[in-house]
Amino acid sequence: MNLDRRQFLALTGGGLIASQAGGSAAKAQAVKTSANIVILGVGAAGTALANRLSERLDGARITLVDARKEHLYQPGLSLVAAGLKPPGYVVSQTKQWLPSDVAWVEERAAQIDPESKKVTTEGGTTLEYDYLVVATGLVLDHDAIEGFSLDLVGTDGVGALYAGPQYAEKTWRAAQAFSEKGGVGLFTRPATEMKCAGAPLKHAFLIDDIARRAGNAGKTDMRYMANNNSLFGVPIVAEKVRMLFQHRGIAPVYSHVLKSIDPGARRAVFDTPDGQAEMDYDYIHVIPPQRAPDVVRNSGLSWADKWTDQGWVEADAKTMRHLRYPEIFAVGDVAGVPKGKTAASVKWQVPVVEDHLVAAIGGGEGTAVYNGYTSCPLITRIGRAMLIEFDYGNNLVPSFPGVIAPLEELWISWLMKEIALKATYNAMLRGRA
Amino acid sequence: MKELSFGTLIAVFEEMMGRGLFWALVAVAALITLAYVYVLIRDRAVSWRKFLLAQLSMPVGAILAVLFVQYITHSGFRDVGGPVDAIIMLVIAILGAIGMAILVYTVQSLMRHSSSSEMP
Repeated sequence: MNLDRRQFLALTGGGLIASQAGGSAAKAQAVKTSANIVILGVGAAGTALANRLSERLDGARITLVDARKEHLYQPGLSLVAAGLKPPGYVVSQTKQWLPSDVAWVEERAAQIDPESKKVTTEGGTTLEYDYLVVATGLVLDHDAIEGFSLDLVGTDGVGALYAGPQYAEKTWRAAQAFSEKGGVGLFTRPATEMKCAGAPLKHAFLIDDIARRAGNAGKTDMRYMANNNSLFGVPIVAEKVRMLFQHRGIAPVYSHVLKSIDPGARRAVFDTPDGQAEMDYDYIHVIPPQRAPDVVRNSGLSWADKWTDQGWVEADAKTMRHLRYPEIFAVGDVAGVPKGKTAASVKWQVPVVEDHLVAAIGGGEGTAVYNGYTSCPLITRIGRAMLIEFDYGNNLVPSFPGVIAPLEELWISWLMKEIALKATYNAMLRGRA
Repeated sequence: MKELSFGTLIAVFEEMMGRGLFWALVAVAALITLAYVYVLIRDRAVSWRKFLLAQLSMPVGAILAVLFVQYITHSGFRDVGGPVDAIIMLVIAILGAIGMAILVYTVQSLMRHSSSSEMP
């Protein structure tokens, strides 16, 4: 997730003086409507959008559908998995973020019928909609890794930080043991689209740093298992990471996608262009393939010719609007756009959906455009990070050009990650950032 | 949402510290500032002796501010990586120094009301 100029100013404290009062007056007057809006998902995207729509619309019926009672601040999971924050750091109650005037159906959506504009829940409730926002997030397909099960996390040198706060904590236990005892550490990532692609890099950097600080750098053999022939989707960042890895002694292993693990033998099998390859490990960090939830994949909303194994929603990259059903929008992880399964993407996508949805209710066309902006405070060690921001075109789009160099390891970027990021994220959830 | 907005800044600060603590700190800062202005008006002059003590306290405020930020962020002096980091550290130090100076000056003025004890 990104910190923009506002958060930077917030961080330095100068913003109160520098900014002008009355900025919130930018909010347009509430649009009167009786529109029936259903939002699938109460994660970052669904919650932020519900709050913003609740402000913008007067009289609309907004219904959120999701069974998750706990909200996860996912950008914090990498800190939990490095022993820097407790699991509770990332957990809050969904209810506390929701506006009072929206309805929350605490069930999972079971079926979406875009033709008759209906959603059916697992409990059998049927909801009709005028506008539907698909913000379900994604599912971690752990079963796709043979031999792997979440029960293994924290034991036998197995980590999987994405699986949730308790698993991130267990991941830390396994990673900590590795940082003390040493051995071969494998840091994997899937061949599918995934949440913040910086996360596996951060984990590798952090565990290396922790081992180094403990004086155990000589004992560890760190290997980063890239899914293709690059370390990051943005070429200039990939090259910088390659150089940092070289400096830190982390070996990149290209085009190795985890297929299975044998936890007893501590052996992993990878699919490679030359067939399967086996590798022994003392610690392995598993990030499973990631896909749209079945309810989305079975609804006919997915791309027919792209990501066919993953099922992301067929959305216009600039407006987040479904290409075949104009009353449907996708936002967040489940959206089939070429970049950005991060909270920063959500922060930029939500106002775009809000603009087009509110305009549609008023009978017009929205003008906001999502340019693929996403960002990642790419932690390179405890105390330093690179603030990587980029768009659909793989261009670096720094928020502070000439001040914060995007490819430089900086303390200020770490401060942002540790102090301001969660506050900004929470403000975003409330629709205020 | 990409423009600077006072409302957003307030929102982030509220989330950072909690609504109660943030506004309590704003109130405390406002009170200290008001008290500072009050003693300046009341005494109709800057007391240079108090100002000297306030100045002497500035390095303490600067160091405390920098150490505080490091303490709450798992970081230290070794993490300063580029010019902007040095500038940020300096800004934090300056803010700490100024805050401490105002506080010390105001507290002295409030505690020692009489201006007759001042140097001519």
